Order: sequence, then structure tokens, then C-alpha cells
Amino acid sequence: MPVQDLEKIFQQKIDEEIKIEPKDWMPDAYRKTNLRQISQHAHSEVVGMLPEGNWITRAPSLKRKLILLAKVQDEGGHGLYLYSAAETLGMSREEMINDLHSGKAKYSSIFNYPTLTWADIGAIGWLVDGAAIMNQVMLTRTSYGAYARAMVRICKEESFHQRQGFEILLVLSRGSKEQKEMCQDAINRWWWPSLMMFGPKDSESTNSDQSMKWKIKRKSNDELRQNFIDMIAEQIKTLGMKLPDDKLKWNEERKHYDFGEINWDEFWQVVKGNGPCNKQRLDARREAWENGEWVRDAAAAYAKKRAARQKDKAA
Amino acid sequence: MNFIRKFYYGDIPEDKAGGNIVSKDSKTDWPLWEVFIRSKQGLDHKHAGSLHAADAQMAIENARDVYTRRMEGESIWVVESKYIIASNPDEAGELYEPAKDKIYRHPTFYNLPDEVNHM
Repeated sequence: MPVQDLEKIFQQKIDEEIKIEPKDWMPDAYRKTNLRQISQHAHSEVVGMLPEGNWITRAPSLKRKLILLAKVQDEGGHGLYLYSAAETLGMSREEMINDLHSGKAKYSSIFNYPTLTWADIGAIGWLVDGAAIMNQVMLTRTSYGAYARAMVRICKEESFHQRQGFEILLVLSRGSKEQKEMCQDAINRWWWPSLMMFGPKDSESTNSDQSMKWKIKRKSNDELRQNFIDMIAEQIKTLGMKLPDDKLKWNEERKHYDFGEINWDEFWQVVKGNGPCNKQRLDARREAWENGEWVRDAAAAYAKKRAARQKDKAA
Repeated sequence: MNFIRKFYYGDIPEDKAGGNIVSKDSKTDWPLWEVFIRSKQGLDHKHAGSLHAADAQMAIENARDVYTRRMEGESIWVVESKYIIASNPDEAGELYEPAKDKIYRHPTFYNLPDEVNHM
């Protein structure tokens, strides 16, 4: 069949909301876009464990340690669901991990910011996971089946993350003067980077949007960002805290919150590797990978030996 | 042709996009396993996802950690992915064609009087 026909059938399926599965024919660019996006998403989950893992031993109580440990374990699991989904498109796990460690593949820039106080763990759960959920809920309906299924699984687990984050801040917001200040300080530092998670403004793009046409994405960056701001601007009232934006104001006409300008220079600086923790994160990943090598080798050797023994027994 | 110019969360532009290497063979990767979970007695095992493990025992233990952290299962099957034989989507038309014109296999094909409509 000529490629044009295959492309036509492919687009028809997308238009009819039929999911694309691993063995189906798909345009090369669709495969690459999904592969890039899913692997970046997987890397983000894995690198996302680092700023939080930093606080497991320092969390203020045994309960908080257990919760944080469970959350970080979830993030590892999410990385795995996503790597598996990406593998169905034909790239091996090892290649993906090598690309992350070599700096060739990207991950969400938000994880290049430091976690300075315990309140940051609350702000990450509430704001960072909250922003991620906006994107992930949309992605449960993405056109590539394996990605959509991974997202359904992840979304089920994410709401625990966001709620525990909000609860951490809630407790702080009702605590001592120092605790309240710590809570506000964390919100001040995480607010703008969280908004940057949705990516550049829609107006930055002049090209027709292939990702939308292929239904990999179903909402624009600005749409998702606005939804997030509207949600958080309401939720923060419960905390009695303030978002660090003088221009944040309900717009009755638009039925949305207006907000101030995002610092896009900072966004691109962090994407390019000049954020506060870019180097530290990648170093930590590489170190974990290298230090784990003997474990991987030992497991492979053990499996080989056992398989050989079983073969002997059978003979 | 450069299709994607608009950047989304999780889609940060890369000089050399990560998606350009396609290969399936890797010497050092542990084999891939498919995981099937029975959520409770009386139900079927259902495909949950896949993972890498050095051997079957490790595959089951990893499956427990990855897919049953919230009591989602009480029984796990694992099978190395290479042993799964799948039908070819390109041949779906011919493969399922025989069932297409046999609507009389469905109960709704039969119009019965209202008195017996719960049959």
C-alpha cells in the first residue's frame, strides 16, 4: 500500500478516536514524537525522585517519612510504566537511560530547582504534582494506546501525591509563625517554576499543530496553565497564604484568573542546563546507575547459572 | 520535514531529538516480561503491563512492587514477552471477517413479544 494511503487510514483512525497500538502502522514522525515525549516523561518521573528523596531521612516524623517513601516509590513505578510504553515504539530501555545520562534527552526542568525546606515537599506535591496532573489527565486520552494506559495508572496514584502535599502545607499554615513563613516561602519559590511546567505560550508557535491533529495532545499549553491557575488560586484560600503575583486577579468577563508575566528567560536558561541543580541531578543519576552495575551484573549471572543448572537437570 | 514546533510539557526541544534511534537488540538489558494480574479470586488474570527482570522469580517480585502496591492483585503471572505470539493488525480484516455477517449470533437479532422480552 502506498504511504499516502497508509497515512490516510492512520489519520482516519485518529479522527474516529481509535487508539493506535504498537504493531499498527504509524508515520515515522508520530513514532518519534511519542518516543521523545514518553521517554522525557519517564525521565521526569525518575529524576523527580531526587529532590524528594533528599528529604526522606529528614521528614519531621515517622509518618511523614513513610508517606514520602511511598510517594517516591510511586514515582519510580511511574517511570517504569512510561519506559515500558516507550519501549513498545522500538527503543531499548538502556538507550533511553544512556540518553538521559549523556544529557541528550531532557526531563522536566522543574526538578532542577532545589528543595530547601520541609515545606518544599508540600509545595511539590501540591503545585508540581498538581500541574503534572493537569497534563496527565489530558494524556489519559492520548491517541497512542500504550501511553494512554500508562497515564490511567499514573493518574490513579497521583491524587494521593497532591493531597499529601496540600496536607503538609495545611499543617504548616496552621502552625507557629516560623512554620507559616516557611510555608509561604516555599509557595513563593515554587509558584513560577510550576507555571513554566506547561511550556511556552501558544503564541510562540506559528506552525500548524501536528501534535493536536494526531491527538497526542488535546489541550494547548495556555489552556492547561489557565486551568491550573484557576484551581490553585481558589485552593490557596484554604491555606490563608498568597501566590507571589500582584497581577493575579479574577476576571469576571473571561471567567478566569488574570496573571502576571512569566520569566521566560529563566525557563530557557534552566532548559539549557543552567538551572540551580541541573548538574547535581544528572550526577546523582549517573552515580546511582554506575553504583548499581554490580547488582545488575550479579542478577544476570545468577539467572544464567540457574538456567544452566536446570538444563543439566533436564538432560 | 520538521513537524513539531510547538513545545509542550514533556516535549522540550532537543538538538538531536531522543526519538531518532530505533533498535530492539541490546546485549545487557534484562529480558522483557509481560505481567498479568488477577485482582481477586474468581476473576481472570488481566494484562497489567511489562517490566525487565533477570529471571522469572525476579519478574514476579518486581511485578509485585510495580503493579500491586495498592492491593491490586492476589495472583501474578509473568511470561517473557518473546513467547507472546500476536495476531497481525494488517490482517485483521481477513482474520475477523467470518464473524462479520453473522448477526444472528446475537440475542438482539430476535424480535420477541413483550411478554417474553426478558428471555
